Amino acid sequence: MSGGVNTSAIFRAIFMRDVRLAWSQGGTGTMALSFFLIAVTLFPFGVGPEPQTLARIAAGVIWVVALLACLLSLDRLYQADYEDGSLDDLALSPLGLTGVAAAKILAHWVATILPLVALSPILGMLMNLDAGAYGMLVLSLLVGTPALSLIGSVGAALTVSVRRGGVLMSLLVLPLYVPTLIFGVGAIDAAAGMTDPLPHLAFLGAVTLVALVIGPIASAAALKLSLE
Amino acid sequence: MHRFANPAEFNRLADAILPWAKIIMAAAFAYGLYLALFTSPPDYQQGESVRIMYVHVPAAWMSMFTYMVVAAASFTALVWRHPVALLAGKAAAPIGATFTALALITGMLWGKPMWGTYWVWDGRLTSVLVLFFLYLGYMALWRGLDEEDKAGRAASILALVGVVNIPIIKFSVDWWNTLHQPSSVMRMDGPTMPAEMLWPLLTVALAFKAYFIVVFLYRMKLEINLRKLTVLSSIEARG
Amino acid sequence: MTEFLHMGGYATFVWTAYGLTAAALIVLALSSIRGAQKTRERVEALRPRRRKGE
Repeated sequence: MSGGVNTSAIFRAIFMRDVRLAWSQGGTGTMALSFFLIAVTLFPFGVGPEPQTLARIAAGVIWVVALLACLLSLDRLYQADYEDGSLDDLALSPLGLTGVAAAKILAHWVATILPLVALSPILGMLMNLDAGAYGMLVLSLLVGTPALSLIGSVGAALTVSVRRGGVLMSLLVLPLYVPTLIFGVGAIDAAAGMTDPLPHLAFLGAVTLVALVIGPIASAAALKLSLE
Repeated sequence: MHRFANPAEFNRLADAILPWAKIIMAAAFAYGLYLALFTSPPDYQQGESVRIMYVHVPAAWMSMFTYMVVAAASFTALVWRHPVALLAGKAAAPIGATFTALALITGMLWGKPMWGTYWVWDGRLTSVLVLFFLYLGYMALWRGLDEEDKAGRAASILALVGVVNIPIIKFSVDWWNTLHQPSSVMRMDGPTMPAEMLWPLLTVALAFKAYFIVVFLYRMKLEINLRKLTVLSSIEARG
Repeated sequence: MTEFLHMGGYATFVWTAYGLTAAALIVLALSSIRGAQKTRERVEALRPRRRKGE
């Protein structure tokens, strides 16, 4: 019985530490947020400032950039712990690697992705997003981005022992992001086009649930491999 | 020599299968190409360009089939720690990637006369493209890690995550595609296809499958030899 | 015969598709067979030396 208290305490400790690290000096939190902002503003320079054009691509651009920001910030999710050996200690804790992965994924989502979601309406304004779509922008990001953290964690865990694993990791993870992107953008476009966004949202949630089942287990399996 | 026991058995099995697979491959290719290029009729809408279908569709089928082989090998390798299964995934992947690339290229060459452009974000082409990326990731991971065994098991985990995702990707792409109304829809519904087109298609598909078996067995031999080389040279290094 | 090669005006597409398919499959098959032979020769070259050393 006391084991239960113990594991949840470890879970919370890992979670709190990762959240704090993300927002400490040089953490991924501010960097991902800045990337999100800067990368989105590149698009008007690329495609031109016409409001109609921007409105048409707004949902897609914001989702794609959020996806890339997530990918970039996941790069070193396990790497520091792997390099300084603390991953070995965590693996032996009663929480187990699956729990460790879950705690770190949750911390990543809360510390790095939630701020992006909070900032997204401002980017919607910059991209001239349709007035009726703001709520759905935030909602679709809330429902869909956990899948990005969960699937990305598998990629980060698989490449943890690769010195410059970032590019390799993108290669592994990006194809798996396709469904989330499609349903996420679909929901916003539906809201903007005055059609029912609910089916899109439901599928988006389903993808996140599948990722919730696979993500921590596959991450733990990959981490275990690298610790052998 | 105990550690080679399994691979040796595999080599014997491969040598028994190879001649038969080669005969079937040669016969099916000869007959299938004859049917596809000479006796099958031109399509009433697509004219002679429909003949691209006889290589495009079997290549697309094989791209899926080979991924299933990679996934099954990965599962076996992870669950039973079977060293030959680990190599089976590695041996099959380049064949699958080749079939996938061919499905894409022949699809583009078919699309140009049919749709007027080489690429349309058609549901099938798009899912095959994503499948191609999955193959690239699998093969890159094999190369990305230094230790062969770890690289193989990491790639196996990826292959299994990928295989769970394939139906989801397929579904999402179809969904996305119907939302965006493709410029032209090419239907290739199996049952409505006339027999004189179905036969060449199935014969070429059989030839492709036999080809897969032949090349797969050779690539298995290659990978087993490579593994032996690392073991032998490490024994040598130790003296 | 020219009519056959002409493929009802689709010659470029049909023959490129068949040609590329044939080329890719042949290259893959030959490189696999050669690879299997080459690696086997290397394995056999290593083995007798080991036996002598034993």
